[in-house]
Amino acid sequence: MIQLIAFYLFATIVIASAAMVIFARNPVHSVMWLILAFFNAAGLMLLAGAEFIAMLLVIVYVGAVAVLFLFVVMMLDIDFAELRAGFVRYLPLGALVAIILAAGLVFAVGAWSAGGVDLAARAAPVVSDKSNIQQIGELLYTKYIFLFEAAGIVLLVAMIGAIVLTHRQRGGVRTQNISAQNRRRPEDATRLVDPGVGQGMKL
Amino acid sequence: MTETFISWGMDPNWAWGVATICGILLIALPLMLAVAMIIYADRKIWAAIALRRGPNVVGPFGLLQSFADGLKVFLQETIIPTSANRGLFLIAPIITFTVALLAWAVIPFNSGAVLADINVGLLYILAISSLGVYGVILSGWASNSKYPFFSAMRASAQMISYEVSIGFILIGVVLFADSFNMNEIVKAQQGHGLGIVNAFGFNLLLFPLAVMFLISALAETARAPFDLTEAESELVAGYQTEYSSMSFALFWLGEYANVLLMCTLNAVLFWGGWLPPIDWAPLYAVPGIIWLFAKILFFFFVFSWVKATVPRYRYDQLMRLGWKVFLPISLLWIFLISGYLMLTRYS
Repeated sequence: MIQLIAFYLFATIVIASAAMVIFARNPVHSVMWLILAFFNAAGLMLLAGAEFIAMLLVIVYVGAVAVLFLFVVMMLDIDFAELRAGFVRYLPLGALVAIILAAGLVFAVGAWSAGGVDLAARAAPVVSDKSNIQQIGELLYTKYIFLFEAAGIVLLVAMIGAIVLTHRQRGGVRTQNISAQNRRRPEDATRLVDPGVGQGMKL
Repeated sequence: MTETFISWGMDPNWAWGVATICGILLIALPLMLAVAMIIYADRKIWAAIALRRGPNVVGPFGLLQSFADGLKVFLQETIIPTSANRGLFLIAPIITFTVALLAWAVIPFNSGAVLADINVGLLYILAISSLGVYGVILSGWASNSKYPFFSAMRASAQMISYEVSIGFILIGVVLFADSFNMNEIVKAQQGHGLGIVNAFGFNLLLFPLAVMFLISALAETARAPFDLTEAESELVAGYQTEYSSMSFALFWLGEYANVLLMCTLNAVLFWGGWLPPIDWAPLYAVPGIIWLFAKILFFFFVFSWVKATVPRYRYDQLMRLGWKVFLPISLLWIFLISGYLMLTRYS
């Protein structure tokens, strides 16, 4: 009973907030609705018994990705009049994307109800008393180890690419050398002298 | 607790619900009281180190100071700046406060005395603490004011940076404990050090992680020396600048509840949680919750001590510490720990 109520609660909020992502006028509000959608999707995952995926969804999407979204969107200088102005201009393109997406959905549902295609031997769902962190780990590090490592390499390449694209060397900047500063002792920096009157001293 | 209610003749479903609500109240109400007292303790410790008296007027030894402050903000008017984004402005402190309470659901106070004994407890804590940043970002943006916005930017960059290293540090603990469940992590620490000390921190491989976790916890809760989000010499009062009355008090409570949570995590993950420090039978006569509280209070003292003595970091130094020192070291430590465990435990 409580599962059913929870499912409909989460599902309704996911759909409603996903719709609000599009309808909200203010981009920051859009991101907030998106976060709400992520959060309730995590709730749905919990109901499906995938608590590990649910937690990852919150940590990765809500905790990192959406924060960066919000970070960028907050700094935008939004002109609401200009946002509304382009509606007619972008309508044909938007309609095209909508039609393609709708067609894709129809095809997918059709193919699925026709029985689907058995692309490869899937790993059978493991029924055991292990927690699903262990189950995922065992599959990921044995059967799918090459795919897993390939995904890691793709991410590494993307990361290096992003750094190469944005990194620039600026001249004339003095940076702090922390280890040199820590190594410096009082005797390197100070000197006790006792000059005679009128002799002055050399620095 | 559910069994008790069932034995009183309650329907199992209702018993579960009532037991959960009682559990929530049993954690949240003492926590709020603890926050009020810990603010007093913080001010007293800080004052003692600075050779001042600290709060000493309201009640005996000034013990009721926090309650007087609470009553004062409660009676004040909530001012919402005209150009602020009203909805988000009011939601932000509520998010901070709620999130600070949520994480306590998986903290074990004694063997089995935990509200939600889930097997992804540590991940849940990571997930919840990553939500904490929203209160700060939203308040900074919704205030529509310069300094709160700077503060929000600083806070979000700082929290994301240190969450990365905290995540890696926690993986080291999980590898040793072989579980994400907080209770299991505590139990795994029994006799961990030479068979007598109940602490992961006593392990030479985990001690550096414990130190890094303590420092990262300071950064994650934006406490001194990493309190750049509230650097009063640069940013007035940071993201709280435009807040008044209860909306300010919620930030205040949430912040200290988070500090207490981080102290508790230090105690639970590295120093044995509710286990006595030494694995010696007579010490188990003392209830586990007292050992846990003693450890939490010790770490809170360390937090206050640091606040009173260490000068504030500069922002680039803070980022350097997070990304160039803690991240590489904690990554290296994961390799070391997994290598060590492969050689000793799993071969």
